[in-house]
Amino acid sequence: MDSFSERETLATEKIKAEVRRLNFYYGSKQALKNINLRFAENKVTAIIGPSGCGKSTLLRCLNRIHDLYPDIRYEGEIILYPSLINIISPKVDPLEMRMRVGMVFQKPTVFPKSIFENVAFGLRLQGEKSKSVIEGKVEKALKMAFLWEEVKDRLHRSAYDLSGGQQQRLCIARVLATRPEILLFDEPTSALDPTATAKIEELIVSLKEKITVIIVTHNMQQAARISDYTAFMYLGELIEFDRTAKIFQNPSEKLTEDYITGNFG
Amino acid sequence: MFGGLIARNMNPALEASKTNADDLTSYEKFIRLKEKVIESLLFLAALFSITITLGIFGILVYESLAFFSHVSLIEFLTDTLWTPLFSPPRFGILPLVTGTLVTTAVALIVALPIGSVVAIYLSEFSPRVVREVLKPVLELLSAVPTVVYGYFALLFVSPLLQKIVPDLPTFNMLSAGIVMGIMIIPYVSSLSEDAMRAVPMSLRESSYALGANRIITALKVVYPAAFSGIVASYILAISRALGETMIVAIAAGMQPNLTLDPREPAATITAFIVQVSLGDLPHGSIGYQSIFAAGLTLFLMTLVFNVIGFYLKRKYREAY
Repeated sequence: MDSFSERETLATEKIKAEVRRLNFYYGSKQALKNINLRFAENKVTAIIGPSGCGKSTLLRCLNRIHDLYPDIRYEGEIILYPSLINIISPKVDPLEMRMRVGMVFQKPTVFPKSIFENVAFGLRLQGEKSKSVIEGKVEKALKMAFLWEEVKDRLHRSAYDLSGGQQQRLCIARVLATRPEILLFDEPTSALDPTATAKIEELIVSLKEKITVIIVTHNMQQAARISDYTAFMYLGELIEFDRTAKIFQNPSEKLTEDYITGNFG
Repeated sequence: MFGGLIARNMNPALEASKTNADDLTSYEKFIRLKEKVIESLLFLAALFSITITLGIFGILVYESLAFFSHVSLIEFLTDTLWTPLFSPPRFGILPLVTGTLVTTAVALIVALPIGSVVAIYLSEFSPRVVREVLKPVLELLSAVPTVVYGYFALLFVSPLLQKIVPDLPTFNMLSAGIVMGIMIIPYVSSLSEDAMRAVPMSLRESSYALGANRIITALKVVYPAAFSGIVASYILAISRALGETMIVAIAAGMQPNLTLDPREPAATITAFIVQVSLGDLPHGSIGYQSIFAAGLTLFLMTLVFNVIGFYLKRKYREAY
């Protein structure tokens, strides 16, 4: 990809994270090839591409969740601004990184606890002991995730009593409670119905005032609806990155155009 | 017979399609017949195990009824002496019940914590190679004949305990219970590990993604998520301990003894049954019938624990 045009695209933005010459390997198989990409602060960046293109792999580099599995290897750098920490450096503590870069998964992954305890989970990990502080932060996070009104009367009921869409918003509240700098979404609506999806999308857009959002999605309309910037990946490489409107209306690369128009993938 | 009947009632689709049975070719008729035969065979197989259980229960009840025509239920449940082979015979089941409960409790105190810790280690911490070796080796523990465990308790564990616990008799419930606990560790660890491994990876990832480490993820997320399956393993362990015979018969002594002190010798329900069965009591005598009353008591105790387990299992079942 032409790195000059990328610089121009993001010229007016403050940068939150920068991926530099990133290679990633599962065993001997290379899954990401020389990725260079910057994420704008307080913006939504979507990563799209056909299955197996490496979009989730890239997302999972950003909070080192790959470290849970054996036989993986990072090369290159992912710099977090303004602290200039290299997220994937072996010297950096992955636990600390994960508190700073939150993640929401494909399926709702509520814990077998009450609604309240789900949201308090991350706070307790951060060592917060004060009951009133935890209560305040839980309420705030639930409000940010548009869930407070629906659950305020049953905070101590099991989180499994919630609907799928509510569970996913609970997972978002759970991450928000710990005040991460970046929030990663890995196809957050693929298990939800259209109404619940619309609500999550609205939520994601509202979140960017406070946080930098990166979302991987299969759903191109979704990327077009909610993101400011879009990266298109194919076979482990970054093919094109630009403003979302540009990618969907007038992509520079033939491959991007073919994917957007449904000629493959 | 039964199979065909049930199959017809329970399969409305099959019923509906029968209306145009005339249109069927002989080959289709043959296929249907074959399906029905297979279905009936499967049903009979299921019926078989239920019939045997009911049969056992029936015999226990039948023989116990004869017993209770000589001994009142009140005496059976409240008398503190169990001496059916002496004269005058006394028929209080309590000493046998306490013996059973105490040995079971000791076994569970050993097996539940160790088994759970092993399960957590195998499921969440051990490298794959270690798990693949350790799990079958652990399962071998339950393949050792119980008579070997019995003598292990009597000739090795008891003398060892006697060095720690003053005035411990050679026959005691403590050593029998401990060894029984060792025996049922794999019941707990294997099944609990299966339950924990069935917890979806995404749940663990969510915990890690919030900054949790492995031990917190294992204890606060995976263990509670798998609790329904873990309870099932605990219940199996309890049933196994209640019904264990050889170890307690050899190592716990065979005198009925109304006590809750594990250091004392005592007889369990199973040990009493084995003792009487081995003797030459005539059929129909009161002593002979007493083993059925004891057996029925054990059956009901196991049933109670299973019902509690079933309830807990349902209560904690999670849809991931």
